Formats: sequence, structure tokens, C-alpha cells
Amino acid sequence: MNTNGNETIEHKDNAEAAASPEAYAGSMAAGEVAPPVAKLTKQDFVSGQEVRWCPGCGDYSILNNVQKVMPELGIPREKIVFVSGIGCSSRFPYYMNTYGFHTIHGRAPALATGIKASNPDLSVWVITGDGDALSIGGNHFMHVIRRNLDINYILFNNRIYGLTKGQYSPTSEVGKRTKSSPSGAIDYPLNPLSVAIASEATFVARSVDIDVKHLGQTISAAAHHKGVSFVEVYQNCNIFNDGAFESFTERAVRSDKMIYLEHGQPLVFGKERNKGIKMNGARPEVVELNSETGLTADDLLVHNIHEPDPSVAFMLARMQQPDFPQPVGIFRQIARATYEDLLVAQIEEAVAKQGHGRIEKLINSGDVWTVG
Amino acid sequence: MSTVTETPEERREIIVEELEAVTIRFAGDSGDGMQLTGSQFTNTSAIIGNDISTLPDFPAEIRAPAGSLPGVSGFQLNFSSHDIRTPGDVPNVLVAMNPAALKVNLPDLEEGGTIIINTDEFNAGNLEKAAYTSNPLEDGSLGAYRVHRLPITTLNVNALKQEVKLSRKEMDRCKNFFALGVLYWLYDRPLAPTREWIKAKFAKNEEVARANEIALQTGYNFADTAEVFTTHYTVKKADLPPGKYRRITGNEATAMGFIAAAQLAGRTLFYGSYPITPASDILHELSRRKNFGVKTFQAEDEIAAVCAAIGACFTGNIGLTGTSGPGVALKQEAVGLAVMTELPLILINVQRGGPSTGLPTKTEQADLFQAVWGRNGECPVIVIAPSTPSDCFSMAIEAVRLAFKYMTPVFYLSDGYLANGAEPWRIPDVNALPEIKINFVTDPTNFLPYARDERTLARPFAVPGTPGLEHRIGGIEKQNLTGNVSYDPENHEMMVKLRQEKVDRVAQDIPDIEVYGDETGKVLVLGWGSTYGAITSAVENLRREGHAVSGAHLRYLNPFPKNLGEVLKGFERVIVPEMNLGQLSTMIRAKFLVDAVPFSKVKGRPFQIREIVRKVEEYL
Ligand code: SF4
Repeated sequence: MNTNGNETIEHKDNAEAAASPEAYAGSMAAGEVAPPVAKLTKQDFVSGQEVRWCPGCGDYSILNNVQKVMPELGIPREKIVFVSGIGCSSRFPYYMNTYGFHTIHGRAPALATGIKASNPDLSVWVITGDGDALSIGGNHFMHVIRRNLDINYILFNNRIYGLTKGQYSPTSEVGKRTKSSPSGAIDYPLNPLSVAIASEATFVARSVDIDVKHLGQTISAAAHHKGVSFVEVYQNCNIFNDGAFESFTERAVRSDKMIYLEHGQPLVFGKERNKGIKMNGARPEVVELNSETGLTADDLLVHNIHEPDPSVAFMLARMQQPDFPQPVGIFRQIARATYEDLLVAQIEEAVAKQGHGRIEKLINSGDVWTVG
Repeated sequence: MSTVTETPEERREIIVEELEAVTIRFAGDSGDGMQLTGSQFTNTSAIIGNDISTLPDFPAEIRAPAGSLPGVSGFQLNFSSHDIRTPGDVPNVLVAMNPAALKVNLPDLEEGGTIIINTDEFNAGNLEKAAYTSNPLEDGSLGAYRVHRLPITTLNVNALKQEVKLSRKEMDRCKNFFALGVLYWLYDRPLAPTREWIKAKFAKNEEVARANEIALQTGYNFADTAEVFTTHYTVKKADLPPGKYRRITGNEATAMGFIAAAQLAGRTLFYGSYPITPASDILHELSRRKNFGVKTFQAEDEIAAVCAAIGACFTGNIGLTGTSGPGVALKQEAVGLAVMTELPLILINVQRGGPSTGLPTKTEQADLFQAVWGRNGECPVIVIAPSTPSDCFSMAIEAVRLAFKYMTPVFYLSDGYLANGAEPWRIPDVNALPEIKINFVTDPTNFLPYARDERTLARPFAVPGTPGLEHRIGGIEKQNLTGNVSYDPENHEMMVKLRQEKVDRVAQDIPDIEVYGDETGKVLVLGWGSTYGAITSAVENLRREGHAVSGAHLRYLNPFPKNLGEVLKGFERVIVPEMNLGQLSTMIRAKFLVDAVPFSKVKGRPFQIREIVRKVEEYL
């Protein structure tokens, strides 16, 4: 959602959040939640900086949710670091009352790697956008995921470059008309989840800015995963790409046009819970559950986020509107040793074998001779 | 090892001649093990007390076609009974393992020099690959040299085939040790250090170890008994200052220096790097020092490597990245981020021939402008450059000291010649190494992330994990003191000047430049980086002849030592030899309005002493 650090947009001051406050009601808890140590509240995570996204931007909702999840994690503020690249979403660290680093375009994952590897004690969060992560930072995206550092990586996908005022992005649909594609974009878009899964991600999830309850749960689950947690959030840019997702995220159509993946549950959707995803050979298909088809929930694909083989997760990530309900939720979550743990283990092993390194011994190694 | 080690009953008459210094160049196919042969000779010479200086010359291809001209690998070594600073201008001896090696290296050999040739390889096929139209062994073209023709391949195989159970190919691989044995006899060196090395190296493969030992010993005995050589030379111990010594290359010293600095500072060394010639050896060396707590990160690219290092700096550790010129080009945006966020990033550039991919295995000094000015915006960094392989150790410690004290990035400019060249290193006393103090702030009262130290202008270092000091930094212009995002024009100009002033103030903290020779005179030869050896030797020679010539060498290039202007004024002429088209001389002219004369050499090879002498003579 951005390009080369060219911060040109006039963000409207002090805008209101997109989502209505009552939408935040309800429990956010997901997975095991550590008891809050110092009884921090959401307010403790709000920095003094004035938030400068456009009024109505989906970023507000994500910020709100992250601030709300933070106290539940039981991690002291000083141990949390938010790292971002360039783009509208990358302003995020300024608004969090934690340590923060607003870096350069596309490189946040690389900085986060250095931060986490040199101090594994920190809770590290990467905030990025579709342009930042998938265009200029595409290489780092793939590698930070395969290394499986224990960091949280949240990609705000608005399918547009917002900060540079509306050019098409690597997730914009073919034919998208923008200032830089007046005749329609001719690039095929990337699917961030497909790339993440192909890059060996150990946690892959998707949520939507305006579905605040689900978003909160998803962020919380990501935070609790040990290993790299990749979350794509569909985020509305109401200035340059308004309504990019509304055909399926609107409250009225959501249950028919989206599917909420739940571990251990069959893939059922629809207002009447009468539709589902069934495997037909190697392909998924949408089926109706009724007496006419004779199909019940027992015939459907059962979601297993812990399946070691990534093929089904990949298949689910490829399902999209209008042929399929747009899936959200956790696609995949597997256990794998983290980069920083392996790094520290190698150091401990070397120390156990060779003892703590001493400069004296180091510089006196090799063939040494004495003169005079 | 039966028959081959027997000493002949009657020793023939051999003249022993004493030499002050000898320069040998070992040359062969890149698969012939010439680097190994050269470094073994170097090690042994160092151990017996000679001063040494070396210049490896690798082909760019890992395995160019065997016997071809691009596949020639060379190793030049200067060993001496007095103080030397360069690997020697011209080789006195050339060891040529095949026709291509002879063809490539003969033009460099001194007039009337000695050539030791492996005649077995001078067959029609190899002659053709080396583009010889006639066999130089037969056409008289080597008439001006002292040529020793040795069928090394045959002699080696004959010695081994009864003794070891190895394939012909494996036996042939030992022929470099046969050649080494010959050279050890010729220059009166002991075999023991190399024997030890073979034992350790091939501990897991006894047969190969034995084969190499036999080859070495047979070569030695052959030279002793066969009537090929009539003279045998000795080079006495050099008069080096007393102390403990080891042989060291620039890359080894660089890696050790940063490890030492990390221990002196009590912080973790984090090295982010992407493999690139000629810097990769630093990555290798640091990767195997895990028991020092060193964390190495082989990144997906150069940009990730520097960014990860900046991340490590942010956590209060020693964030180091290392590369060569093309890698620096990729990293520069991130260096700008470290300048803006005022973090102590350190960047090693082991310079090589450029531009673009250029000459990856050859040396050059053409990245000085890139280091000083090569970023967008007004983006000053500290730039330092070690002058010898040993100096790499001290300057690594200095890089860390300055980066943390001034909270500003430091560029450390080595080059291919320093990186791979070796010399004896007087091992320093650990207790005499400088202290490195890092002051982290922990007190939340009145904490401002961009407040300034009065003397250094450094901002306070508050690292994640410190309660109450949570703050945000980034690449957008900062408001002084608060560090908040600021687009205020007055503030921007002030910050640009502050960042510059911070680097300028480093001049108060670095040693004055020393003049080698008199403080005034006709010519000052001013250099930086790896040209130190050649320049100092040239100045020494000219002074011995009574000329009013002095030398001075810059290890700090941004800022310059504060007395540099004064020093320049003491001379009628300033000559600046550089392996570029005149980058330092341009800086000197711009800064001091001195008519400095550039003396350029950009051939991927270091300066020879005599080249500098001749240039200076033009101005005497
Ligand atoms: S993403 Fe769009 S709506 Fe949000 S701040 Fe950027 S330009 Fe404004």
C-alpha cells in the first residue's frame, strides 16, 4: 500500500475510528491467555502521538484491536517492539506505547530478525502493507517466514498504494484502473497466504478489519503461537480503494460469502449453516446440505490446522469469491523450532564444548613463535 | 617412507649463499593447490623468524578449465631478514606448475630470475591451452633466465606409487607438496611445521596425510641429491621487536578485532552478512566463534544483512555488517536509516575492483567516495581504514569505540590486498587493549531519546527491555530532543547540521596524523589504507638517498585528523598514490585548497615500491 518512502498524502487529523465502539464488546480471549502481570489496560498501550490516518481508514480498527489484545498477553510494555516499513500502515509503531522502529520500505522483517535474534527476550511485531511486504520487501517476506523466528507479522492488505496516493499494488486485481494503470492493471496479483504457506510458515491466518471480534481473536492466537505468525488483514482504504472487500465483508452478506475456518470443525457456512466445502477428488467444491443432496456436515472437509502437509491449507488459501466463500481464520499452525532458539542452542553447545571464549586464547591461536 | 628418505652417503659440493630478501611466486592451475603451498612456505618462514608479506592472486572462476590462462592461481611471498612491508615488487623466483602459469607470470619476473618448471605439464595440449605456438622449454625464449626443469608430476608419482594406496588422481594432488619440498631445500627451511600441519589437516585420512608427507620429503631429498641445483640459500632471521608473533591476514585480524571489541564492551557481536568475495572469510571466521557468543546471520541479501545489523544495534548489541563494494551500494539506504536514528552501525567494506561486479578477486580503493558521500541527503558517517593486516585488529576495536561513543555509523574500509595478504603480527597484550564503555540510560526521569551529550552530541542509548523508556524511532526527520516526527524546516536544518557536527567532533577524539620523516620538505607522500607498505618503503628508500621526502598515512578519512592541514603546509608538493582515479586527492584539494597530485593505479594490483619512487622522483 505504499512506495519508496514518498510520504505525500495529507492525512486527516484526529479522525474517528472506522468501526463502531460497541463492536468491540465481547470476549477476545483465544487460546491460553497469560494473566496480566501488572494489570495493564488498553490505555497503557496508547502512545501520546496523534493518530494520522484518514478518517474511516481500516487501520484504526486494527490499531484498536492490537492495543486491546496487548494487556492480555502478560508481557511488560518495555519488552514489546513494533517494527514497520513504509506505507500508511507502517505509521503504526508511533501509536503504540511500546518500543518502536519505523524503518525503510520493505525491510521491517530484516530489522525484526536482527532485533529478535540479538535479544530473544523481546516480543517483536512487524506491521506491513501489501506494497511494503510483497513488492519492495518480497524477498524478506519469504525469508523471514521460512526462518521461523518467534515474531508476529501482520500484513494490512488494502490492495492499493495509499501513501503515494493510489497506484495499483501487487494484490490489486487484474484490470484495476488507478493513476498508474489508467487502462487497467495487467499484472496478476499475488495471494499473500499462498506465498506465506509456500515459504514454510508455521502460523497462517486471515481476518478482516471490520470483523473486530474475529480480528481480536486472530491477533491473540498469533501472539500465542511460538514461531512466525503471519496474519493477513483485509483493510479498507476508503480514500483510494473504498469497498475493495465489501462485496463479501458487509454484515448482511458476510455469512454467505465468507467462511470462518475453525480447527476440528467441518467447513460449513451460510446464514442457515446449510452450505459447506466438500472434497471432490483433489478439488474443493461448494455443496448444499439438505435432503435433496443427501449431504450433511459429516460429508464435508474437516479443518485441521495442525496437518503437517501444507497442501490443504494451500488449497483453502486459493479459494476466493465469487466461486467460493472467502475463507478467514487460522489456515495452518504447526510446531517447529524457532530460529533464535536454534541459534542460542548452538552457542550454548559451543560454550559447553570449548568453554567461554577468551580473547587471550583467540589471538594466541595458530602457529605462534617468540622473538627475543 | 623407506628408500626415499635415505640420506646419500656422500654429500655433493653445494654453495651456500646468504640473501637478505627473496620474493617467490608460486603459480599453477587453480586446482594445483598453489595458495596452500604459498601459505605453508609463509608459515614456515615466519616461524623461523623471517619477516614476511604475501599477496595471493586468485582467479575469479572457482574452477576455470584446467590448464587455461584464466585458471591460473598465484601466490607471491616476500621473506626477509629485515623489516619489510610489501610482498615484493618483482619476484626473484617463479614456480610454474604448467604452461599457462608460466605465460601469465613470466612478464613479472625479474631480469635473469629463477624459474622452476614442472616439465611434465608442458605437453601439446597444455601448450595450446596457454596459447603457446612453440614450446618455451625448447624455443630458447627462456634464455635470459635461470631455468630448472623438473618432471615434478612423474617424480611425485614414482615416489608415491609403491608407498600408498591412492588413485593416480589422488597422488597427483600431492605434487604441490613435492614442489614445496624442493623449495624448502633451496631456501633452507625446516619441514617440521608443514609436517605438523599435514598431520592435523588430514587426521581423518591417514593415507592422504602419509602421501603428502612423502611428497614433501621426497621433493626435499630430490633437491638435495639431484644435480639440479648448485646453490642453496639462507635468509636469516629478521630483527623484529621482541614478543610473541603469529601470522595474520587482514580478514582474520578484522574478525578477531571485532570479537575482541565485543568482549571489551561486554556486548554480543551480531554479524549480518551475505556471501561476497573478498569479504566472505570474515563471515566464515565469525561463524566458528560461537563460544564467544558471536551471532552470525547469513541473510537473504545485502539489504537484509545490514538491516538485521541495525536491528541488533537497536537492542544495544554490536551490529556489524560486512561486504564488498557492490554490497555497499545495496546497503546505503539502510545506512541512511542508521544515520537518521543515530545508531552505532558498523559496516566493513573489503573493497575490490569495480564498478559493478568488476574484478571480484582483485584489490582496489575506489569506494572512498561511496563511503564518505554515497547516500541520499546529507548523511555523514565516520570513515576509517586499516593500513596493514595487523592494523585491521586495532581499527576494528576503534570502529566499535567510535560508533558507540558518538552513536553514529562507522565505515571500515579494508580491501582485497589487506584481506588476503599476510604478515607477522606481534600479539598484543590483552590488558593493554582499550576499554570500550557503553552508557545505556535506564532512568526514566526527563528521558528524551534525542537529547545530546554536550561533548560528543551523542543521543542517549535506551534499549528495549528498559522499563519506562519506551519510545519510537524511525527514518522520518526527528525533532531534536523528543525524537518525534517533525517536518519543521528550522528543525530539519538544525538536525542536518547536528548530525554533521557530531561526526566532525570525532576529530577531537582521534590521534594526530604522524609524519614519517621530517615535518617539512619537498614532497609529502600521503596515502590511506593498504598502500601503507609500498608508500613507507618508497619514502624510506628515497630518504636513504638523501631526498627531502616524507610520508604520512591516513587511518581516519572522515573526519580527517585535526592536524592534517598543518602537516600538508609543511611541504612544497603532496603526492597521493591511490588505487583509484584520485579520490583522496580530490578530498584533500577540496578541503585544504592544496594542489595535491594524484598518483593513480587501478589494475587490481597493489603499488610496487619502485613505482612510487619513480613518481616522487619526477617532483624532486
Ligand atoms: S490506507 Fe487509505 S484510508 Fe488509510 S490512511 Fe492510507 S490513504 Fe488513508
